[in-house]
Amino acid sequence: MFAYIKSYLSSAQTPGAAGNMFWVLVYILVIFTGLAIAVMLMTWLERKVLAHMQVRLGPMRVGPHGLLQPIADSLKLLLKEDIMPAEADAFVFWIAPFIVVLAAFTVFVVIPFGPTHAITDMNIGILFMLGVSSLSVLGIVMAGWASNSHYPLIGALRSSAQMVSYEVAMGLAVVSAILMTSLNAEGTGTLSMIGIVQAQLAQHEWFIFKFFPLGLIAFFIFAVAMIAETNRAPFDLAEAESELTAGFHTEYSGFRWSLFFLSEYTAMIAVSSIAVTLWLGGWLRPFPNLLSGPTWDRAFSLFPGIAFLFLAAMCFFNATRMPKHPLFRIQTIGLAVFGIVLGLIGLILFIPAVSMRVQDIFWFSAKVGGFMYLYIWYRGTFPRYRFDQLMQMGWKVLLPLGLGVLILTAGVALLQQKLWHP
Amino acid sequence: MAPVATPFFFYLLSGIMLIGGVLVITRKNPVHSALALIVTLLAQASIYLMLYAPFVAGVQIILYAGGIMVLFLFVIMLVSVDRVQRERQFNSQWVVGIIAATALGGLFMAVYTKGKDIFPEHALPMVESDNTQQIAMKLYGQYMFAFEIASLLLLVAIIGAVVMAKKRI
Amino acid sequence: MESMLHITTLHYLVLGAALFLLGVIGVLTRRNVVIVLMSIELILNAVNLNLVAFSRMWGGLHGQVFAIFVITDAAAEAAVGLGILIAFFRNKETVNIDEVNLLKW
Repeated sequence: MFAYIKSYLSSAQTPGAAGNMFWVLVYILVIFTGLAIAVMLMTWLERKVLAHMQVRLGPMRVGPHGLLQPIADSLKLLLKEDIMPAEADAFVFWIAPFIVVLAAFTVFVVIPFGPTHAITDMNIGILFMLGVSSLSVLGIVMAGWASNSHYPLIGALRSSAQMVSYEVAMGLAVVSAILMTSLNAEGTGTLSMIGIVQAQLAQHEWFIFKFFPLGLIAFFIFAVAMIAETNRAPFDLAEAESELTAGFHTEYSGFRWSLFFLSEYTAMIAVSSIAVTLWLGGWLRPFPNLLSGPTWDRAFSLFPGIAFLFLAAMCFFNATRMPKHPLFRIQTIGLAVFGIVLGLIGLILFIPAVSMRVQDIFWFSAKVGGFMYLYIWYRGTFPRYRFDQLMQMGWKVLLPLGLGVLILTAGVALLQQKLWHP
Repeated sequence: MAPVATPFFFYLLSGIMLIGGVLVITRKNPVHSALALIVTLLAQASIYLMLYAPFVAGVQIILYAGGIMVLFLFVIMLVSVDRVQRERQFNSQWVVGIIAATALGGLFMAVYTKGKDIFPEHALPMVESDNTQQIAMKLYGQYMFAFEIASLLLLVAIIGAVVMAKKRI
Repeated sequence: MESMLHITTLHYLVLGAALFLLGVIGVLTRRNVVIVLMSIELILNAVNLNLVAFSRMWGGLHGQVFAIFVITDAAAEAAVGLGILIAFFRNKETVNIDEVNLLKW
């Protein structure tokens, strides 16, 4: 038994490829827990960052600086009354949130947090991710239809039309990136996520900078399409409160609504992971080939610890700035304890054995975190697109642009193969 | 990767597929039928994975479950009136249909029991780590003509669907 | 029992045949046009399963390539079939296949 568990630790493969069921389950549990924590963190971060962009403070009451707000939100959602509309189709109404959650979470089976830190490495990795994330359209259509009411139906139809339109643009941008993986000695590319990052490592260039500006335009197309895929601002007409009450999840309350919410944030993290893997080098630290060698590796491996220590320092700084009132004492102490916990994690991450393993996960998470911040930034900055403008942009702007980038990338890649490897 | 618990997964997935198929043809509500068909299609994609065909499985999930079934759901929402569901759901010639299907089933069983020996034992497991690359070689090499014709077919289908569904041509 | 535990090509063929039969029953006995179209999709899927099972048996990839073409065809046919259905529904307000009994209107 122990031999079975230990045998994986010495193999250089993902648990799925090695066939080790125990470690597959461990990875699934870790990713599931990590996602739940990430979504809770994301809800807090969104409210605070959006508030600060709008020159207000955001939630400050529940914990120190609102840090316990996600817990209060989840408790509220769990305890709310579960309403089902009278004429609604009960079975479809019940199953729609689960389909959306399933589609959002199954994508994480192939996301690579490191060269062996993925649940499995499928040969069709990126194809699988695109396909499974398109299953969430089904859940949304069913949610809108089963609610048996006007606003959800219109919201669901609009949302699904938007998602289907931008999937095409996403697919074209992804194909452009996949083309770039085939510029190696054998001339064959790969669809597997780990293979794509290793191709970037082998070609000494993140794909966003390759064939400048083609990689950049492909990344831009994907970045815009992924925001429309996840129904986020400025493409959130389907769930905008001022136009459609709440779109397809109007009639959902309590736990079912929280499932939609959870799947929206998980889908955001999933498509950001696709963007990071395809264009921004996945788990690679900055300059893996230019600044290589053990000293540079050691220097860059200090970053996780430094990041956590920085967060701990910010916690302590804000703890000193808390109001000096007796009623605030518990919040100040709470914030200081949180800072101490973060500092301890930072110190643990300085140990070489730990930091060498955690490095890849840290860089990947940092890049995805950057994308999350961009999502919140767009929400605070851009006005909402009208629906016909949205569809026009998806079909008349992004699709031709994607086709053009694809053809040009193919042409330049062919030229490079002919000139450098005749 | 070595196959794991093949009989268990095969019987589980084939059970899901058959139950889904039965639900497709017996539900009164077309939306429930569509949901059962989605379940059947996803189970079939998993069986393709068991048959060392990951690319076909991916194409099945994207095109069939994520494209065609969305199309079906849209059309069901457009044409589904309540009056439809209160009518009889089976044809007037359902007896003849069942008899014909039984005859066909008998034919299948006769072929498969008599010809059991013409199917050789399974070959060694196929390599799936370059399945996509191999399919691409065949698709753009040997079957290039069929590929182009398929794209023409899709163009014709798009034009046909648009013309069919327009209010005024 | 021993033969049931070792999954051979025959198992996949029988599964394909069963799905085909379900599709045929659906096409022949249902009145709702949409469900008839969905049964046709079941039939096409059964054919695909046979193709991929044979491709596995013989080791070449021709069956899988052809299965991809069949899926593409099924998409095209579903689109056109549903377009015809919508045009028909707009005129007659019913999805009952027994009502499609006029050669010209």
